[in-house]
This record gives sequence, C-alpha cells and structure tokens, in this order.
Amino acid sequence: MKVLVCIKRVPAPGAKIQITEDGLDIDTRHLGFTIGPHEECAVEEAVRLVAEHGGHATVLTAGPPEAEEQLRYGMSMGANAGVLTEHTAHDPQATATALTETIRTLESEDGNFDLILFGNESADAGNYQVGIRVACALERPIVGGIKGIELASEGAHVALQRESADGIEVYQAPLPAIAAVKEGLNLPRYPSIQGRLRAKKAPLRTMQPETAPGGLRTVQLRQPPEKQHETVVLGYGADAADSVVDLLTEKGMV
Amino acid sequence: MLLVLVEDESGTVTSGSREALTLARGLAADLGLPVHAAAFGERSELAATLSAYGVSTLHLLEGTFTDDYSPECWGAALGELIQHAGATGVVAAASDWGNEVLAHASARTGEAFASNCVTVHAGERWSLTRVRGGGMLLEDAELTGAVKFVSLATGSVEPAELPVPQQIATQSFLPEQVGDLAHSTIVDRTTRGSGVSLSTARVIVSGGRGVGSAEGFESLEELATLLGGAVGCSRVATNSGWRPHSDQVGLTGTKIAADLYIACGISGATQHWVGCMGAKTILAINTDPEAPLVTRADYAVIGDVHQILPAILERARARKQEVQGAA
Repeated sequence: MKVLVCIKRVPAPGAKIQITEDGLDIDTRHLGFTIGPHEECAVEEAVRLVAEHGGHATVLTAGPPEAEEQLRYGMSMGANAGVLTEHTAHDPQATATALTETIRTLESEDGNFDLILFGNESADAGNYQVGIRVACALERPIVGGIKGIELASEGAHVALQRESADGIEVYQAPLPAIAAVKEGLNLPRYPSIQGRLRAKKAPLRTMQPETAPGGLRTVQLRQPPEKQHETVVLGYGADAADSVVDLLTEKGMV
Repeated sequence: MLLVLVEDESGTVTSGSREALTLARGLAADLGLPVHAAAFGERSELAATLSAYGVSTLHLLEGTFTDDYSPECWGAALGELIQHAGATGVVAAASDWGNEVLAHASARTGEAFASNCVTVHAGERWSLTRVRGGGMLLEDAELTGAVKFVSLATGSVEPAELPVPQQIATQSFLPEQVGDLAHSTIVDRTTRGSGVSLSTARVIVSGGRGVGSAEGFESLEELATLLGGAVGCSRVATNSGWRPHSDQVGLTGTKIAADLYIACGISGATQHWVGCMGAKTILAINTDPEAPLVTRADYAVIGDVHQILPAILERARARKQEVQGAA
C-alpha cells in the first residue's frame, strides 16, 4: 500500500516563543524545530502500516527549505521518500492548495496514495482545516481526531477510530482515504542510527506549485497577557494536609 | 443573514452554541442583518431557546443522511444551505464537532475559516483575534470573502438572552448533492463505562513525572474516587507508559474545565498549562517551588507527593466521616 504523511516544521514545544519586530512571524533565531506530536504519530503509523502490508511511505511538507530537516527526521523513522513543497504563506487555504497540487502531481506520475495522513491540527497555528480542504479538493473521505487505524483484509476500506464525548466511534471509509490523526494513536519510535544514516541519503524532491492567497490574513501575532496573581502556599510536606482538606471542604468536595 | 450552526446535547443547546448565538447577534446588529440558525435532523424543540437568542429562522437540515453523523456529508449539506439561504457569515462553537463541520462547509464553498476565535468584529472585512497553539499565542487576523466562517473558543463571550424573545420560523431544507460524496460512515459506537470523563469532571487529580511510576497513581485514584472526580496525567506520564493517552491533560490531550485541578508532581510546561488553565482553581503539589505550574497555581503545597497525598487522604476521609456524622 502507498501511504503519504503531511508534516509541518514547527517550533520545538516548551520554548518561550518570541515574535519578530513587525509582529508578523515568530522569531526563529534561537529556536529548535520539530514536527508536531500528532504528525510524529502519523509518520509512525505509516511506517507500521507499510511494515505490515508492504508498500511505500512518503513524507510531504509545505514549508521553507529548512523543513528538509523535518522530512529527514520522518525518513529516519522509516519513511522511504520525502517531498518538500516550497511554500512560506501562513494561510490555510494556500497551504491546502500547495499540498493538493503536489499530491496531484505525485499521483499522476505513480498512481494514487491509498491513505494520506495529516495531524489533526498543526502544533503552532492550529487552524483545524488543511487536511479537510485537501480531502475536499481530492474528493476523498476524511475523518479527524483519529486514534486507531485498521486496514480491511481485502484492502478496499479502512476503519478509523476516534474518541467522542461519551466513548469511542468507529468510521469506515472507502480507499483511497484521508485521516487526520491525534497523539495517542501509537507511541512513536526514536530513529535508530541506521535510520538516521539511511535518511541522509534518501531521495528528497522539491516542488513549487502555484498558489493564491486565501481569505484569512494574519495581521500580527502577540503574546497573551500574563495574568498577575499570587500563589497561596498552603504549607510544606505532609503538615499541609489539614490546609488542603480545609480548601476541599470550602469547595464543597468533602 | 448570519447563520449559527447549533450544537445540542439531548435537546438542550450547548453553552458553546449559546456563546456563538450571542456573538452572532452582536455581529448581525452591526451589519444590519437577521440571525438564522441551522441544525441537523428533527430539532424543532430548539426553537424556543433560539428565539430567546434572537434567531428569526431555524433551518432544519433533513434527509436520511442525518440518521448518522458523517463529517463530509454534514459539512457539504451545510455548505449547500449557506448558498441556498444566502448566508454571508457562519458562526459555531469551536468544539471538535463545530470545527470539523465548519472546516468541511468552508472547504466545499471555497471560503476562508478562522477557527478558535476569542473576539470577532464585523465590517466589510471581519477583524478577529484567534488563539494559536491552544493559547500560547494570540493571532490578530482579517477575514475576507463572500461568506466568512468563524468558530468561537469556549468562554470568550458571556451568553445573553433577549429581554423579549424574537418571533421564530422553522424551515426544512433537503440538500440535493449529499448522496454522491465519497464519505466515511459511522459503523460502531461504544459508550464509555462508568467513571467520570476528564472533559466534564468537577475535580481532577492529575499526576506527572513526580509520581514516578504507574503504581504511584494508586493514591491519585483513591483521592479522585473520594472526591468524585477523575484522574488525569501529563505527557511524561503517558510517554512513560504509566497512564493511557485518554487521561492526558494538555495541548495534545484533553483541555479541561474542572472546578478544581490538583496537579501532583507536574512541572507544567506550556503544553500542559494550556490544557489545565481552564480550571477555576489549581492546586499544585511539587517539590520545586519554582516549577512553572506552582508559580501559576492558585494554591501550592511544597513537598513530595508520596508523603503529602497519603496525609491528605487520611484527613479527607476523617473530615468526610465528621460531616456525615453531623448530618
């Protein structure tokens, strides 16, 4: 089976994000980059599916040339090839168009991907729509929030599982299909030394599709205001238990 | 007109949708437009609530496709209604469902969608502020196009009913193009057994690196049971295999809105903070007085969770017995 995973270069989590002077972007001078946690699980799942069913896994990103680093990481986890679509716009419609055009080109050369995986939302912008826009353009089914993927034995459809407010839902989608996945789908592997060495030499292709800006334009990014408040220290060690229980009583919990 | 996609739980309009209705009424007043609402299936029981929020028409999307949820079909059906009824703006709560259906409908209609907004101002262009990375950054943005789609982050607007309800009409809408879509179908639903869910729990006892092991969570389980709450955890606890991912609180886990969040041995990196900052009160138990979550919490106990939790359990049980004895 052929699986494609769309990933995004995002600032490493936990770092204090600084914003550029014009307020239009994040200041990347002192930041490390990574792929988002949802997408890391998507790459892991693609590699596992290919290991189980045979075939080929490709990682694709729409981003700056530096995003090669994230593609190499995906390949060091076991993806067979990488595609870099050069794209610096932030708006989700343009990003979806860049990915759609790239996928169309790749599929016209080598046949359809049976399954395309996205992260449920990007770790930085969190627009919640790029995968869905690509699926609509390609006229394929897509379900979001996916934490379980099972391929039917005859390979005609896929079962996609997600959590709902009160339990678990399972969707069935005919192949070729698309899923937007969430962390918790699996536990991603750490790339092995051999994986890293293989990824250095793995084929990487660059593409430059035409895109037009969409209707959502970023004016500026800013830090949320820090709420000023004092932490009340109830005490130290086990001696604080009485004060904690007083608090629980006050809140009507005991 | 402006259209609000309404979400209900067993016939009651959700608080997120009430916020969306209140926002839409303000935007519509600025634009001199009426507010309509859309719901899937036979939902005429919502009309009374919607009239109190100023909705003049409720569109019920009907057809066999509404028997079971399919994101592609429901999004396409909403897109068809938007074009048929001439909506120029669409508002929904930024729930998983609201974001999913609006993303599909905006993709079908070729229009822009701004998700997770905290403020929206209407005009020829709409100016808005949305949250990125679960709340790590704010983004000021402009929305243009024939139809503007926005979803509203929970807690952004105070829901407000009108002093006198609006006259409301209900209309059925049967979409025509839903049958031919490549789409997913729901084939199985399992309802969670007993136990309190993280997203609705009043109290959450949550553990991180400081708990040290899967066994270490036993005392957290005990306290959660005693308080009628749920157990949560940090990403470290999930990645260490101590707890299932469904217990994870944070950016890539569950965002909670409990009355009380007791964080045991969690340092509270940004990804965790954005998941628990919706709690009304946060109590952090940690050996490090400088841990980010300790400095952001309302209350803190400094020390080792393994000594503090048993002491709290003992006193809480005793207090509970006193209270029951007195009753």
